[in-house]
Amino acid sequence: MLTKLTGGRVYDPAHGIDGQVMDLYIRDGRLIARPRDDEKVSKEYDLRGKVVMAGAIDMHTHIGGGKVNIARMMLPEDHRADPVAHSELCRAGCGHVAPSTLTTGYRYAEMGYTAGFEPAILPVNARQAHLEMGDTPIIDKGGYAMLGSDDYFLRMLTAKKDQNAINDYVAWTLHASQAIGIKVVNPGGISAFKFNQRALDLDAQHAYYQVSPRDVLKSLSRAVHELGIAHPLHVHANNLGVPGNLDTTLKTMGASEGYPLHLTHIQFHSYGTEGDRKFSSGAAAIAEAINQHQHISADVGQILFGQTVTASGDSMRQHANAGLANPSKSVIMDIECDAGCGVVPFKYRDQNFVNALQWAIGLEIFLLVDDPWRIFLTTDHPNGAPFTSYPHLIRLLMDKSFRNDMFTKLNLDAQAMSTLANINREYSLYEIAIMTRAGAAKLVGLHDRGHLGVGAAADITVYTEDADREKMFSKPDYVFKDGTLVVRNGQVVQVTWGSTHTVRPEFDRSVEQDLRAHFDRYHTMKLDHVKVSDDEIAEGGRGRVQVQPCLGRREKTR
Amino acid sequence: MVNFVGSSLLDSVRIKDVTCTACGMLCDDLVVARALNSNTLSVVEHGCSRSAVLLEQPPAYPSARVHGKEVDHASAIQAATALLQQAKQPLIAGLGTEVQGMRAVLRLADHIGATLDHMNSAAMLRNTLVVQQSGWQVTTLTEVRNRADLIVAIGTDIVSVLPRFFERCVWVEATLFDQAPAQRDIVFLGGRHDDLSFASSPDGRPAQVLPCDMEQIPELVAALRALVTGRSLPVDQVAGIAMQDLQQLAQRLREARYSVLAWSAASLDYPHAELSIANITGIVSQLNQTTRSAGLPVGGSNGDSSVNQTSVWTSGYPLPNSYARQHPDYDPWQHSSAQQAAHADAVLWISSLDPSRRPPPSDTTTIVLGHAAMQFEQEPAVYIPIGTPGVDHSGTAFRCDSVVSLPLKPLRPSPLPSLSRVILDIEAALDIEAALHASGKGDAHAD
Ligand code: SF4
Ligand SMILES: [Zn+2]
Repeated sequence: MLTKLTGGRVYDPAHGIDGQVMDLYIRDGRLIARPRDDEKVSKEYDLRGKVVMAGAIDMHTHIGGGKVNIARMMLPEDHRADPVAHSELCRAGCGHVAPSTLTTGYRYAEMGYTAGFEPAILPVNARQAHLEMGDTPIIDKGGYAMLGSDDYFLRMLTAKKDQNAINDYVAWTLHASQAIGIKVVNPGGISAFKFNQRALDLDAQHAYYQVSPRDVLKSLSRAVHELGIAHPLHVHANNLGVPGNLDTTLKTMGASEGYPLHLTHIQFHSYGTEGDRKFSSGAAAIAEAINQHQHISADVGQILFGQTVTASGDSMRQHANAGLANPSKSVIMDIECDAGCGVVPFKYRDQNFVNALQWAIGLEIFLLVDDPWRIFLTTDHPNGAPFTSYPHLIRLLMDKSFRNDMFTKLNLDAQAMSTLANINREYSLYEIAIMTRAGAAKLVGLHDRGHLGVGAAADITVYTEDADREKMFSKPDYVFKDGTLVVRNGQVVQVTWGSTHTVRPEFDRSVEQDLRAHFDRYHTMKLDHVKVSDDEIAEGGRGRVQVQPCLGRREKTR
Repeated sequence: MVNFVGSSLLDSVRIKDVTCTACGMLCDDLVVARALNSNTLSVVEHGCSRSAVLLEQPPAYPSARVHGKEVDHASAIQAATALLQQAKQPLIAGLGTEVQGMRAVLRLADHIGATLDHMNSAAMLRNTLVVQQSGWQVTTLTEVRNRADLIVAIGTDIVSVLPRFFERCVWVEATLFDQAPAQRDIVFLGGRHDDLSFASSPDGRPAQVLPCDMEQIPELVAALRALVTGRSLPVDQVAGIAMQDLQQLAQRLREARYSVLAWSAASLDYPHAELSIANITGIVSQLNQTTRSAGLPVGGSNGDSSVNQTSVWTSGYPLPNSYARQHPDYDPWQHSSAQQAAHADAVLWISSLDPSRRPPPSDTTTIVLGHAAMQFEQEPAVYIPIGTPGVDHSGTAFRCDSVVSLPLKPLRPSPLPSLSRVILDIEAALDIEAALHASGKGDAHAD
């Protein structure tokens, strides 16, 4: 079966293609250079005048696992406002801030997204994360396993275990959790909260383990690098949401001593203490630091106004913020000597000084970071806003006058504290394609996604050019997933099941001996049961594990 | 154990690290022996009385029945399908299954517009309402095992719902944080319990017991919350418990480094028990202003947490839940078991883990997809025997803390179909019926 996509204007930054008119050929779900001489085109799509990109990739979206399900459970009132009836093709569900798994898959695909990565898989909860992602149709998925507040790791750190041993444990965790990256949330802080510490600065000591977040960052970023996996250590820094946390964030950039770090939802970590209300934008300093440090990347975690729910592994900070919950309820958990979580519903309002400034700070960061390969488009779904608001966010980035119109509606004090109106930059389609496709695939380590080169999976999105970018990005003409047409005119026309992307660096299997003894002595679950098998992911024939290559283990790097 | 050793080892195989689903602890350390000639299982190590009931059921492979008459599987599927197709308001109840079974149930419910209700819904709902109204701060079993220095069990002895709780989470050999487990303080607040010797520490220190009748728990937890908040109450006893004892408990809670307040929603069986739970979690939240404390909802049986979790991610809503209006719908009162039983015109009752959980007596047409050892007082219209997950076939189950889930593996070869297999068969039959109907030949199958 050969499909030809004819005459579209192609944006494929991985190959430097910036709006060139070209034909694409798909055979067996993959892009090929050209058909064999005797090969007939079985289906042709006339894409003349259309914009063609790889399918978009959300590199940080909370779509599966315990805290997402707590958010769903907590918010019947939100679901009721967005019921999704079943159709000929699609099953019923619900949408808005914490959509059902089924609706999540359909809506991502309908927006031209073909992959999403759950950023906070607790190893003891990995099975649930994969079960939920397994019930998320069409898109590919994967996730980052959370380490850094688990007692096993903190004990290793306190005992000054050899870096190689730590690397083996990190690799074991990637395998067991079926993850493609490692994330650290409030390094050491989730554990510290269990010992009744309420804040943990980068160089503060964990009361029990006598190690600092800096020690955690150094060790984990080095482990990730030495294991040779593509995705740098994914960091949710200390002091989320705290005015003045800008300093912590800047220092965090240096904490890895040059090993790559990805700072997630950096908007929530870019606050100063200037002005009458002791809350100000740190965007300029943060963007400047990103521009200067090639080993740093970030996603923004833009907030948009309206109801949402914040779901985070950061039990320490979520507990501190629970008083701001709207509606007034929150769930905070300590979890299995592994991690924790906190779920707090939240309503961002444009007339609220802090919220308005948060909105501006996020956009300032987007616009002040020069290199679109190192900054990524996220709302930290659903923490800043639900993922369905991406087209709106893209318009804010691409359309200065629209942005400025929105800006003038904000709380006036917030306007006075922001330089946003003076920033003229507008993102180009090419830059959007970097942020949401080529850059994201490179960052996550998806070798055959996010680009349209020969051999790539045919995850392709086709849009009709429209000056209203929100409209354009809301409703693609076509979305192909692995070569199958899954969406036409923004509506699902076929339901498929995507792959789960993982990475499997080599490691010394003898690491399990001590780990097993630890589980038998202190835990309430067998070590072997922590591991999620391929069969569990492929259950019912709906999923498949795709192991992405990694560079191979490096010798000790210092 | 003795029996097993007495038989020849060659006649049986030993299976390690078996997960038991008989309660919400989901112990995964059981050792089970399977007799090779009979496929009978016996729990050899780490079981409890309840695990034996679940796992030591002698294997039985009855035929399916329609109106009490033995039929083959295909005919039973056809009969069940016809009944479901005729139903205007089908109810899928019981729901004694696990994640994979529930995935299939949700697909079918969406297809036929069914309402969903678990046999433990009423108890589960008490906790759900608290999560939805105020939220809570809770913990999980491994945290309890390693951190708890004070455990207050409210209205429950814990072991009637989680038999191995003290063995696995309290009187353990070692904790991660140099705390001597034997030093832990245990308090039973409210309820009346016969024997609490299991709660005495290994060095013989008995637990503190502050008993009252279950109906008095609302006033008791309200009073304790007031005391923990720092208010004083102008009475000398609450629910028959001396104010001094309560004040002392409030003080101990404030001084504890990591207190755990446990309750069993099933035991709090009185109207508006969710308000008592909200007071318990309110105490926890107050304590967390200055020290650490966490709630621990104990319970779980017949796959209730697995089924609830799966319902929440698939539909957005916990149980009871309904697809009657083409989309998931959640109205805990409207969809309560009692309301549903009154309105449903067909009931599909599912119980794959416990043969004693039969559908409640009713005049409504009932189809049972049930455990092979099920016996009926009232023969259902259709009975299809199904396998038990974690015994006859694989599956996935959630623990009562709703965080840890465990893979269930088959322990013996079995001809019994899984619930998901049976539902796939029903769906296939529904599709055939629909296709025939669309082509105008539907009447051929009307009866
Ligand atoms: S405590 Fe519960 S899970 Fe553990 S063996 Fe007994 S019944 Fe099974
Ligand atoms: Zn996040």
